[in-house]
Amino acid sequence: MTVFIIRRLLQAIVVVFLMSLIVFFGVNVIGDPVDMLINPEADQAEIERTIRALGLDKPIHEQYLFFLKGVASGDFGKSFIFGEPALKLILHHMPATIELALVSLVMAIVLGIPLGLYAGLFPDQRISRAIMAGSILGFSLPTFWVGLMMIMLFAVYLGWLPSTGRGDMAEFLGIRSSLWTRDGLSHLFMPALNLALTNISLVIRLTRAGVREAMHQDYIKFARAKGLTTRRVVGVHLMKNILIPIVTVLGLEFGNLLAFSVVTETIFAWPGMGKLLIDSLLQLDRPVVVAYLMIIVLFFVIINLVVDILYSVLDPRVRLRDQGT
Amino acid sequence: MTVLSVEGLQTHFFTRAGVVKAVDGVDFAIERGKVMGLVGESGSGKSVTGFSIIGLVDPPGRVVGGSIRFQGEELIGASDRRMRELRGSKVAMIFQDPMMTLNPVLRIDTQMIEAILAHRDVPKREAWAQARDGLAQVGIPSPEERLRAYPHQLSGGMRQRVAIAIAFLNNPDLIVADEPTTALDVTIQAQIIHVAQMLCRARGAALIWITHDLAVVAGLADRISVMYAGRVVEAGPTDDVIDHPRHPYTVGLLGSVPSANRRGEKLTQIPGMTPNMLDLPPGCAFRERCPRASDACLTVPQITAAEAGHPIRCHHPHGAAVPA
Ligand SMILES: Nc1ncnc2c1ncn2[C@@H]1O[C@H](COP(=O)(O)OP(=O)(O)O)[C@@H](O)[C@H]1O
Ligand code: SF4
Ligand SMILES: [Mg+2]
Repeated sequence: MTVFIIRRLLQAIVVVFLMSLIVFFGVNVIGDPVDMLINPEADQAEIERTIRALGLDKPIHEQYLFFLKGVASGDFGKSFIFGEPALKLILHHMPATIELALVSLVMAIVLGIPLGLYAGLFPDQRISRAIMAGSILGFSLPTFWVGLMMIMLFAVYLGWLPSTGRGDMAEFLGIRSSLWTRDGLSHLFMPALNLALTNISLVIRLTRAGVREAMHQDYIKFARAKGLTTRRVVGVHLMKNILIPIVTVLGLEFGNLLAFSVVTETIFAWPGMGKLLIDSLLQLDRPVVVAYLMIIVLFFVIINLVVDILYSVLDPRVRLRDQGT
Repeated sequence: MTVLSVEGLQTHFFTRAGVVKAVDGVDFAIERGKVMGLVGESGSGKSVTGFSIIGLVDPPGRVVGGSIRFQGEELIGASDRRMRELRGSKVAMIFQDPMMTLNPVLRIDTQMIEAILAHRDVPKREAWAQARDGLAQVGIPSPEERLRAYPHQLSGGMRQRVAIAIAFLNNPDLIVADEPTTALDVTIQAQIIHVAQMLCRARGAALIWITHDLAVVAGLADRISVMYAGRVVEAGPTDDVIDHPRHPYTVGLLGSVPSANRRGEKLTQIPGMTPNMLDLPPGCAFRERCPRASDACLTVPQITAAEAGHPIRCHHPHGAAVPA
């Protein structure tokens, strides 16, 4: 297992390196940040001074090498706009996004699993059909549209929930978060639910499919033949088996939650990394965009690794093996 | 003492395509400490009969008629709670495919200990010790080590031994073994049969051994019930049924079994196919495959017992005049 982890980490470094190459040159193609940054009235001398200050006068491959050298020491360059280190900016916005993604993940689990379980155990009930129909909607309606509708209904029409920002925060166990205040929670609820919608639907469908399949397995019937309570049969024998695919998929989805919180953060003006990314993209703030994308790649790599390990913990038949040659 | 008596049992499946009368009039009784072989081709309703007894027929199936009396207590219509109490403690079942019966993600100790704790209020350590002894009794070497294993770490034969050990954990009075050796190698089969038989004798448990293979029960069972298309068509003491089969279906089944005292004779297959349970022909369900069929067979034959304790369902049983 140690060999497995080391190998995966080495692979991760290669992936991150390749990503940096693609992202760095890719962003460069989008446009010239100088046009955005410089006062149209500025004279030639001033423009050149700015270009030099940002290091944009050097050939692109030199810029890249310079960038790589920086990255090696944890320096992704300074934001063109804010003049602050890009990494610091991102780390500053990261807690808000992680908070949002985590709450969404929890929602997906605490709503998705019970609903899916019900739909799977009682497939002919009308409620089950409603749950399944709802999950199809959750899949197919675009996130941004649902987000806007939620704002219209809960913020504008009913006036129950605030529609923008993070609200009050407090510190608890050394973590500063909206989770610890009523106001913060009321701000968190809508964006988190919006972000969670597809995942709730996903978990419902995975759980239901798992239950339907496992119910007819001999080991469930044998467990019942032992005279176990329904509670134990469902809660232990069934759940332990269907949790395997759910954990795997949800783990991978967590990366998506982080990455695709962009839309939700924009709609709800949630001050996270996603919103920072959009703002930076619009202003061609290359260091921030590059740093953001590389951090997301890093997240994905780590999450994949954790999911693999978790998978082997949940399923005793799986042994982590070196998949190399 | 009669442990279980089944009378006129009917278990039907209400499917989209129609009603499948998987069990449609099954009678038998089994005494304490005895072994009954329930024999029939695949699809004849043996498993459904077994599940009816332990109350685990799942929708769209339902027990629609008859009576199942276990130690004098009627089980049809018994509460879910009562059935759960009985299952695994007084009545246990062993399944066909040992590769599928144990939960792949739970250790053997978990699956054994929970079976004890579901019925008896004993400390977990005590339950663990009983699980260990249970494994030792079915001939599993180093049981303490096996308790920590996951099912996939054991062979098919070992897993079936574990399933048998689980079935015996709470000292049941009745065990329903649903083709427990069908999925195993021949050499392992004999060992499994031996273990089950030995434990039943030692504990005085009654055993219903379901199989499609008459040869298996010939040396094991005290009585045999032969099932065809959801009905028991012939039943009797094992020697009687094997040596003097009366029902044409039993005769056909015996003809397809190799045997020492008929060495050199040709093995014969019963012609035709097992009937479609959705669309049974009227009258005797065996009619289209029966060499003795006549017009009388267009009506369902009733149970008759020319000899005591050897009932048959046939208009023209062997030993009676062949129809013109
Ligand atoms: N869940 C079910 N739905 C519909 N029909 C079923 C179901 N389970 C069993 N049956 C029917 O019951 C009949 C008897 O099945 P079974 O008892 O498993 O046969 P055996 O164990 O003798 O091979 C089969 O022919 C099958 O058509
Ligand atoms: S009743 Fe007729 S068809 Fe059925 S087994 Fe007897 S002889 Fe054959
Ligand atoms: Mg069967």
